[in-house]
Amino acid sequence: MTRRDLLAYLPGLTLLLFLAPVAAGLIGTWLPAFGYFPALEGHAFTLAPWAVLLNHPGLGESLRLTLLSGLLATLVSFLLTIFFLAACHGSRMILAIRGLMAPLLAVPHAAMALGLAFLIAPSGWLVRLVSPWATGWDLPPDVATLQDPNGLALTLGLIMKELPFLLLMTLAALEHSRADERLAIARSLGYGPVMAWMKTVLPAIYRQIRLPIYAVLAYSLSVVDMALILAPLSPPPLAVQVLRWFNDPDLTMRFVAAAGAVLQLLVVVAAIGLWRLAEIIAARLGRIWIAGGRRGGKGRVLHLLIATAIQLLVALAAAGLLAMAIWSVTRRWRYPDALPSALTTDVWARQGHDLIWTTGTTLISGLAAAFIALALVLGCLENEQRRGLSTSTRALWLLYAPLLVPQVAFLFGSQVLSIQIGIDGTWIALVWSHLLFVLPYVFLSLADPYRALDERYSRTALCLGANPNRVFWRVKLPMLLRPILFATAVGFAVSVTQYLPTLFAGGGRFVTLTTEAVSLSAGGDRRVMGVFAFLQAALPLAAFAAALALPKHLARRRVLREQRA
Amino acid sequence: MTVVSVAKDYGLALRQVELAHGGQRFLGPLSLTVAPGEVVTVMGPSGCGKSSLLAFVCGTLDPALTGAGRLLLNGAEIGDRPPEERRIGILFQDDLLFPHLSVAGNLAFGLPPEMRDRKTRRARIEEALAEADMAEFYDRDPVTLSGGQRARVALLRTLLSEPCALLLDEPFAKLDVALRARFRSFVFDHARAQALPTLLVTHDPQDATDAGGPVLEIDAAGRMLATKTPRLSQSGPHHS
Repeated sequence: MTRRDLLAYLPGLTLLLFLAPVAAGLIGTWLPAFGYFPALEGHAFTLAPWAVLLNHPGLGESLRLTLLSGLLATLVSFLLTIFFLAACHGSRMILAIRGLMAPLLAVPHAAMALGLAFLIAPSGWLVRLVSPWATGWDLPPDVATLQDPNGLALTLGLIMKELPFLLLMTLAALEHSRADERLAIARSLGYGPVMAWMKTVLPAIYRQIRLPIYAVLAYSLSVVDMALILAPLSPPPLAVQVLRWFNDPDLTMRFVAAAGAVLQLLVVVAAIGLWRLAEIIAARLGRIWIAGGRRGGKGRVLHLLIATAIQLLVALAAAGLLAMAIWSVTRRWRYPDALPSALTTDVWARQGHDLIWTTGTTLISGLAAAFIALALVLGCLENEQRRGLSTSTRALWLLYAPLLVPQVAFLFGSQVLSIQIGIDGTWIALVWSHLLFVLPYVFLSLADPYRALDERYSRTALCLGANPNRVFWRVKLPMLLRPILFATAVGFAVSVTQYLPTLFAGGGRFVTLTTEAVSLSAGGDRRVMGVFAFLQAALPLAAFAAALALPKHLARRRVLREQRA
Repeated sequence: MTVVSVAKDYGLALRQVELAHGGQRFLGPLSLTVAPGEVVTVMGPSGCGKSSLLAFVCGTLDPALTGAGRLLLNGAEIGDRPPEERRIGILFQDDLLFPHLSVAGNLAFGLPPEMRDRKTRRARIEEALAEADMAEFYDRDPVTLSGGQRARVALLRTLLSEPCALLLDEPFAKLDVALRARFRSFVFDHARAQALPTLLVTHDPQDATDAGGPVLEIDAAGRMLATKTPRLSQSGPHHS
């Protein structure tokens, strides 16, 4: 078999590697949901698990919480994204916000949630900053700002995480949309800036941001780690409840859990269907609205409002990270002091042993998943170029599959599968489960730059006598060093974020910074929480910093060498 | 101009070449022969498929397109060889120097791997640079070079790969007028000195005049309009 042949099999292998566990996992969850699970003496199909599930007293409230936070977070993130880009198109602020969004995207969900909790808890930093001199609260106020009954804290946390993702995806879509020309024409016809963007740019790019929006919707409706920190817990949102059932010491609850996982999938499917319906209605009404010809005003008020909102969210996220850092070195911080009265590095020292082990596990699984994903993605892209394949949108749907299917809806089934093939609780299972979510993001980060590289460079190199492999290693990889390192950092960050896959595939044997930070959040020692959450956020940020610094460092070394020469 | 009298087999020959997109022919059929040291110019409006013709000759045709016809280089069929084994050099409008390599790194990329000895390789590169009055640029980063210097390095890189034919895809179009004339003669002089059959595609009639060889004109539908020498012809049954 020649190398070219090997390469041709790679896309199929990649799809198999990361779709098979999802498909098998779904089936392996559906069967127990209907009573079939030989390992637990379930040999006949029955609707009994569904009866238990539907009679569960908290189910209605769980569903309400899930739908409210998931739909609201997606809608607000979407509206903030498009109104921000519409109101601030071409302004310097977009560049500044874009620069801030990339690091925010890198911060794991759990760390973001803990940071937010440190801020908005009744005894959190925000209250401390204004108490007691402004509020008169000598004791923490008795208000449920965290784990509030409507899940608004969770919604806010989700918005802080999903807004960066949607903004960056929309900005990427804008680059190919010739938005400046469209806007110039609309403006010259007398349209105000916001109206011009809404009527000429949004319809052109919506198709490209549809999948990211669905991914946000699916994620927000089924999030577990953020919900454990920010959402009410009795009853909790559906995904958390399902996880509890899976962990119930009473093994027969696995059947109910599986039924709950199927319900979770149905909720996501229904929500995406609802969103799609809303898209169709909005498109109909939009055409009438556009044909109406209203020009709109200058949009200054909107500009001001939306810019303030975005800046507040960024400030909130940054303050949350800062709060974690401060708590991690706090010796004493009495309520209502604005800052700790004594600092110490004791907490770090005391946690040293645990920190090294959990950080090590996090690093190894993250780097392994990122580099495997990178190798597969590069192979697929190179194969695509050598064989002149064009990717269809259908392939993109496959790529998004693990991001559209709720994790809790298939991870149990995947775990059953991994037990059957004997890899449960091994590094293979852990890295593989991370790979499912790392691979799509690595592909999304790398595909555009890879396809955009001027193909005449490789043609030139080929005509200079270099064979395709040499062209790949000596021309393409070095020229794409920057996006390749960036995509690796993205992959690493995505792996660090994973909570449920680590729990399920790790079989409880692996503790990462994320699982540790989430389980500590139930405890209450903010100093220890601060240590783990801070480190959890710092690792991906460090990876991004390295990905940005390395090419610059190499370039500088070359300049020095040349100056000496 | 075409005083080179060589055996009929020598040079680059295209026989009944046709290019199609989705089954729809957009260029050809055309046949032509470029003798060693001769420059044949192909002129035509943009979009008529001139660049695709060159891509077909060097084996890098966009996989969405299909090409048919025979390609002969010094009598050997090269149509089914991969591009890296055809020994056909190509220059584009842009110099396409690899930005991650120094000037010498770019030139070394072109040198055949059979030349093993490091010192020989270095000497060969220094010699080429010196001959182009660029000896002091050995270690420079390509971005620090002027447009004319970059263009010359690109040609040197191609020549060092010891090609048996040269394809020029409007390599003068982006240079300013004064530089264009100088670089044009630099390219043509080298091509003639090494007796390379050279195929040039261009918009610019001045390029064709300076090339001094036969000119083949193609219309927007990809058909040949006229040639200025009998060595070229729209392919027909009379052509061997």
